[in-house]
Amino acid sequence: MEKRAVFPHRVLPYVLLAPQIAVTLVFFVWPASQALYQSLLRQDAFGLRTSFVGLENFAALFRDRDYLHAVAVTAIFSASVSALALSSALVLAVMADRVVRGGRVYRTLLVWPYAVAPAVAGVLWLFLFNPTLGIVAFALRQVGYRWNHLLNGDQAMALVVLAAAWKQVSYNFIFFLAGLAGVGRAVLEAAAIDGAGPARRFVSIVFPLLSPTMFFLVVVNIVYAFFETFGIVHAVTGGGPARATEILVFKVFRDGFVGLDLGRSAAQSVILMAIVIGLTVVQFRYVERKVHY
Amino acid sequence: MVERQSGLTLLTHAVLLAGIAVVAFPIYVTFVASTHTLDDVVRAPMPLLPGHLLVENYRAVLTDGLRSAGGAPVGRMLVNSLVMAVVIAAGKIAISLLSAFAIVYFRFPFRAAAFWTIFLTLMLPVEVRIVPTYKVIADLGMLNSYAGLTVPLIASATATFLFRQFFLTVPDELLEAARIDGAGPLRFFASILVPVSRTSIAALFVILFIYGWNQYLWPLLVTTDEAMYTIVVAIHRMVAVAEAQVEWQGVMATAMLAMVPPIVVVIVMQRWFVKGLVETEK
Repeated sequence: MEKRAVFPHRVLPYVLLAPQIAVTLVFFVWPASQALYQSLLRQDAFGLRTSFVGLENFAALFRDRDYLHAVAVTAIFSASVSALALSSALVLAVMADRVVRGGRVYRTLLVWPYAVAPAVAGVLWLFLFNPTLGIVAFALRQVGYRWNHLLNGDQAMALVVLAAAWKQVSYNFIFFLAGLAGVGRAVLEAAAIDGAGPARRFVSIVFPLLSPTMFFLVVVNIVYAFFETFGIVHAVTGGGPARATEILVFKVFRDGFVGLDLGRSAAQSVILMAIVIGLTVVQFRYVERKVHY
Repeated sequence: MVERQSGLTLLTHAVLLAGIAVVAFPIYVTFVASTHTLDDVVRAPMPLLPGHLLVENYRAVLTDGLRSAGGAPVGRMLVNSLVMAVVIAAGKIAISLLSAFAIVYFRFPFRAAAFWTIFLTLMLPVEVRIVPTYKVIADLGMLNSYAGLTVPLIASATATFLFRQFFLTVPDELLEAARIDGAGPLRFFASILVPVSRTSIAALFVILFIYGWNQYLWPLLVTTDEAMYTIVVAIHRMVAVAEAQVEWQGVMATAMLAMVPPIVVVIVMQRWFVKGLVETEK
């Protein structure tokens, strides 16, 4: 789509674009190209000499047990967060869509965790499950289950998944509600007249009509679990115990700032960039978006 | 609802109430813990009804901070967070309005190149290029400054796309009429285009305010001076104190203070919030 009427200026459009382009080049494109460049170099231990090593940093990563472990942790983490956040949001949205009275109140009470910062959400859940003083850990102890996520890697993973999913439910809920509002009442009434009960109507009509929303949300949730949960992991477990919750983004941070291994950290950055680009392409190609150029 | 089934309706309300309980429980416990003494909070099980120290605990963290975490007052951090959130939201909106205006209303060489450069920002989140971006900020001397906290996050492909979409739906007749009345491009932009975009601007502001307020990794890297901490970053430092009892009642009061502003924005501006969320993802 193009405008018929445009302004005939030569210089002005560049002036208008300058701030955005300047910020993009200085803070996005330049650092990304640096990451790309450094991923091909290796520094010696004192940072005195750098040599070109080609793809050696990448090869080393894929030989590194810790890195492969972080890949597996990330896969489990993002699959669990997406599954939990999507399924509970879908149930709540279907219920909220059914409600005639009080629907607005329910909606308001369910959307606000979106506003809570991931790091703060992490601290809240950390407090609930704190092995010595947390109220939920205490309740679990009463029923005979020992909770200590500082020692038990599976429990630590469960805790970061819970905190991350808790925060994402409201986002999914809003989109499912919007999707449900788009399902025609006439179709549902016709099915009801034909004798389909609520469960049958959901399986045969509502769910298939929601599948574009579902697909879109799956991609968004994976992106969220990959890149926006750093604060949760950092605040709740710090990647531990014994790297049990070390997701890829956390590892880049740790290797780059704590381990100071620039080449390897840069190689990890490049791999993550490839993942983001892949997910963005999927989102734009296969999910209905309004952006065309 | 197509038919009436009172059993099903009951189940519906029960599920929704259970959902709300799970959503609200962590916040409720946080609030309760922020109104008790440390001794009450750390003795399991902690009380589940609010205590009497609401005013004292909040006043203590706002003005004196937590002794175990260096004692930086939380009031200052709230100001930092507010500055960061407002500058990021307003900055993103301002530079995106300008670039969308340029892309839609002008024809010039490299227009497509400019568009794709902006599009790139979508593919390069901070998380994937932490170290080199940090180096740029350090080289520019922007560590521990509001500029360092905000400017690098101000580029926005999403906002630019949103405004571009919106501008494309603005009737050409408006521009023609403005031209006949002798308005130049900047006059048209300021007097017509920005005013007709105000609902999109409001919707975007809500989303971007929350985005800015909730930033974590970036302020964690850029600020080392506690006078520049944002509240979201400070909470983690309060919990991660070494060799000292975590002052949970103060941490929880700080957590409440960190949550309340964005939650109020979402609830008060709910209509724009939902609109903004749904539109920025299209």
